[in-house]
Amino acid sequence: MSEIKKEWPLWEVFIRSKQGLSHKHVGSLRAADAKMAIENARDVYTRRSEGISIWVVESVNVHASNPTEQGPMFEPSDDKVYRHPTFYEVPEGVGHM
Amino acid sequence: MNKELYEYVLRMGDDSLILGQRLGEWCGHGPILEEDIALTNVALDILGQARILMDYAGKLTNKKEDEVAFLREEWDYKNVLLVEQPNGDFAKTILRQFFFDAFRLPFFKELQNSKDETLSGLALKAVKETTYHLQHSSNWVIRLGDGTDESHQRLKTALEELWMFTGELFYADEVDTKLVNEGIAVDLNKIKPIWDAKVSEVFAQAKLQIPEESWMQKGGRKGKHTEHLGFLLSEMQYMQRAYPGCEW
Repeated sequence: MSEIKKEWPLWEVFIRSKQGLSHKHVGSLRAADAKMAIENARDVYTRRSEGISIWVVESVNVHASNPTEQGPMFEPSDDKVYRHPTFYEVPEGVGHM
Repeated sequence: MNKELYEYVLRMGDDSLILGQRLGEWCGHGPILEEDIALTNVALDILGQARILMDYAGKLTNKKEDEVAFLREEWDYKNVLLVEQPNGDFAKTILRQFFFDAFRLPFFKELQNSKDETLSGLALKAVKETTYHLQHSSNWVIRLGDGTDESHQRLKTALEELWMFTGELFYADEVDTKLVNEGIAVDLNKIKPIWDAKVSEVFAQAKLQIPEESWMQKGGRKGKHTEHLGFLLSEMQYMQRAYPGCEW
């Protein structure tokens, strides 16, 4: 049998606000399982009406890009400004985009 | 003044006020940060309910909310003995909360139909709050009961200490009779089977035995309290006694 862990696993919390279209990362917390993680997220991160939907993901399941590879990962796009949609004339009458 | 209504509002309000104070004692002492905040959230909901009732009791007697909440003597508090019991360990606090929430949820659901608008209005708001409280305390009773040997044992000890205070939740006398007839109060006979069913359901999952019928303590509704209330009041009333009329 594996040794009983003293600390509960870490979870990442994502909240969707009332007007929000997507869930946004708001922080992390500890909980024994997903059910407790959602309850704890409710108590820790929605006390001031921040949201109407909660996602939790165990932190070990989040895979991240490597900070030391920032150059090859992200810099090649820096000199490709034409990828931004700023070269179009916005026709009159479109209003706010 | 409707003497019975005042009495009824105090009973309900003192249940909330005293339990809110007890839960507040956990602030900064929760077993983990997340639970510390959860317990404080519950305390604040319950204190909010207490404030509405203290304010209402004040209106019925021409007093301020704070006067009603803080300037009565021990024997004028009408809460059930359950809520004044010391926090003990986390298991005891959670079990006390579970017994109370399992009572309060069906109680507030019924109170929504009260002919008294202040009470039905309070109930409407409190049903949502209490639904979550009961979910939270039920989950913890199950986790602790069906957890490790130690958590199970602690919950069992808490049960032995608290069970005798659960009968009083259903104490009713002439105050209830009169107000039930007027369509204001909740008929507690309707609440008891719902409470029994909830306790059975959660205890089954928590692997706890419901104790056999035993002597049930009572007295709180008539102002006869356990030795613990006085200490709680001396702390809770300190500010109003030291600085009469002080406001935040």
